Amino acid sequence: MEEVKNYTVLIYTENQIGLLAQISNVFTRRNLSIWSLSAGASSMEGIHTITITTDATERKIRDAVRQIEKRVDVIKAFFYTDDKIVYREMALYKLPTPRLLDCEDLEGLLAKYNARIVEMNRTFTVIQKSGHSDLTSALYEELQQFGILQFVRSGRIAITRAQQEPVFKFLQKREKERLNKQ
Amino acid sequence: MDKTITGSEALWLSLLEEGADTVFGYPGGQIMPVYDSLIKFQDRIRHILVRHEQGAIHAAQGYARVKGTPGVVIVTSGPGATNVITGVADAMTDSTPVVVITGQVPTSALGTDAFQEADVTGLTGLITKWNYQIKRPEDIAWAVSRAFYISRTGRPGPVVLDFTKDAQVGKVDFSYKKCNFIRSYIPDPKPSPKAVREAVELLDSAKKPFVVFGQGILISHAEKELKAFLTKGDIPAGSTMLGLSALPDDFPLYQGMIGMHGNIAPNVKTNECDLLIAVGMRFDDRVTGVISKYAPQAKVIHIDIDHAELGKIVTPDVAICGDAAKVLSSLTEKMQRGSHAEWVKSFKECRDIEEEKVIGPELRPAEGPVRMGEVVDMVATVSGKEAIVVTDVGQNQLSAARYSRFKESRSFISSGGLGTMGFGLPAAIGAKVASPDRPVCLFVGDGGIQMTIQEFGTIMQDGIGVKVVILNNNWLGNVRQWQEMFFGERYSQTRMLNPDYSLIAKAYGIKYICVESRDELEGAVKVMLGDSSPCILDVHVLENGNVMPMIPPGKGIDQIMLNSHEWFKK
Repeated sequence: MEEVKNYTVLIYTENQIGLLAQISNVFTRRNLSIWSLSAGASSMEGIHTITITTDATERKIRDAVRQIEKRVDVIKAFFYTDDKIVYREMALYKLPTPRLLDCEDLEGLLAKYNARIVEMNRTFTVIQKSGHSDLTSALYEELQQFGILQFVRSGRIAITRAQQEPVFKFLQKREKERLNKQ
Repeated sequence: MDKTITGSEALWLSLLEEGADTVFGYPGGQIMPVYDSLIKFQDRIRHILVRHEQGAIHAAQGYARVKGTPGVVIVTSGPGATNVITGVADAMTDSTPVVVITGQVPTSALGTDAFQEADVTGLTGLITKWNYQIKRPEDIAWAVSRAFYISRTGRPGPVVLDFTKDAQVGKVDFSYKKCNFIRSYIPDPKPSPKAVREAVELLDSAKKPFVVFGQGILISHAEKELKAFLTKGDIPAGSTMLGLSALPDDFPLYQGMIGMHGNIAPNVKTNECDLLIAVGMRFDDRVTGVISKYAPQAKVIHIDIDHAELGKIVTPDVAICGDAAKVLSSLTEKMQRGSHAEWVKSFKECRDIEEEKVIGPELRPAEGPVRMGEVVDMVATVSGKEAIVVTDVGQNQLSAARYSRFKESRSFISSGGLGTMGFGLPAAIGAKVASPDRPVCLFVGDGGIQMTIQEFGTIMQDGIGVKVVILNNNWLGNVRQWQEMFFGERYSQTRMLNPDYSLIAKAYGIKYICVESRDELEGAVKVMLGDSSPCILDVHVLENGNVMPMIPPGKGIDQIMLNSHEWFKK
């Protein structure tokens, strides 16, 4: 059996309603669990990026990515193992302020996890942390002693180690082809 | 053009710009403005009123498969749209270009569970090549041009346009520009020169090359290129069911159909060749049998326009992504002339066994009730192989695929990948509309005909000269065959009590001929094909007839049953 690894899939799309459902179905239909999903704008106007993480064999993720790329409004889709990308997720932790004030070394804890306080009032405090998911979980463990009121984490976002957006060259080439057709 | 027109009129004008001459449809509340404006365009576009929306989509599929251009369907919202879904899924699986326009409630009512509202783009997103909800009249021309471009290019497929009522009645300044470019969509990928070079190397050194081709040959009009490739390489070839008629049956290197009920020689030889060249086919499980036993000895070249098919099932040694016609002609030009006389001759042994054990008894039985194969063979003989053969799904389909003979391409229309019972009758209507000058002969079982039997009404109203051959055995025959062979002869829910088809024919005013014995068959087929009017030929065939040979599920393609108790041996 081929090895199952964690993959990050980066998808560049036109802004088309309904596309996200079609893309996520490519995973569910192949019995691939989506661990995280985030969608938003890219550095190029009108182009959206979707970042999905999943566990799969290389063959399965390759086939899934080809099916995604087959959708007409998907411009390009890529898949990466963790070593090929810089990736982060964000987490927010809401804690009761009075109990947090009892903490002996709050500053040290926040510094250790590179976390910061984004809101504080008499009742609660919101701590924000971005980074890799294992550290998000580790901070969660440490904060549990103060009684976490609410916790939320985002999907992973990732950027490649290449110089430009990976679709940039593709789009340049397509633009030339478009001009030739006219 | 700059005068202000309604969205509905813009739709018809757009369809005309795309060269549509026929629409299959059914009116209803949320598409009424479109039907109202059709009155103005009736002289330029033919509307065929079906009896159920499923009939419209299958008819459009039959039309598209014969003609090679998108079939067009117009239906209403809600149930009208959900009724076409089976056909949309079928068209997706079988790469059939169809453009479906569904009515939709006004944008202000979207999401309110309004009367006859269904989330059509949501429902069809996974079974269309593309879909789009038109919410403004100014988007109509853009959406229609894009729909046709996407539907017919690359690997063709179905497109759904969900047309809200306010976009239908709103006013717009109409101008039309055909779509020929979408930056995120590359319908005609350039074959990699490196892959072509590697393929030529494999071809030049192969001792026992074998080609399996599929519907891709028909879709890319690569019949001529395929013949030239096979001839220069001296390479024998087998066809998938949907590839049938791409080569005439008497083409010297043609070895017949591959797959579960295909011919023995091309199946067995797939597991003997040293180089398997697969063109415009996707290694469906009905073609490969159990995949671990599929051509393990062979190097594989896979040619397909759909990148996602390359390596999906079989990992090829060389994958070439591109249009079949272009790739084949480039390979033909670059490869050496081949000579594989011994290898080609070696197919004969299997052919002789099949002839003796299967084909002979099916086509020339000494006695007993009429066999399905005989009927198909008789139609081929009497029609002089001129007929477009349409099938339903099941034994009728497999018999028609095995025993039809073809002169011309695009002459075999069947629901392959999805296997949709009920496909046959409406698809035959579409095929006849697309090709009124050729006889269109449907082979259908007594089960499948009743799934879309209401379309006799369409035939009646429009006088569509379809020849309907019911291979009537009073069983759901294919399931019965599996129950006999693999479920210990436990016949669960496959026996059918059928209506009197002569009365059905009478009700619809269609000519009816019944065949109960062999000596009536030839005369009846001659009468049926003797004129251009619609006809039902009700042939009472052997009740427990099986379609053989058969590769049982879970077996390799060289593990073939000749009948329910005898295996093929070399």
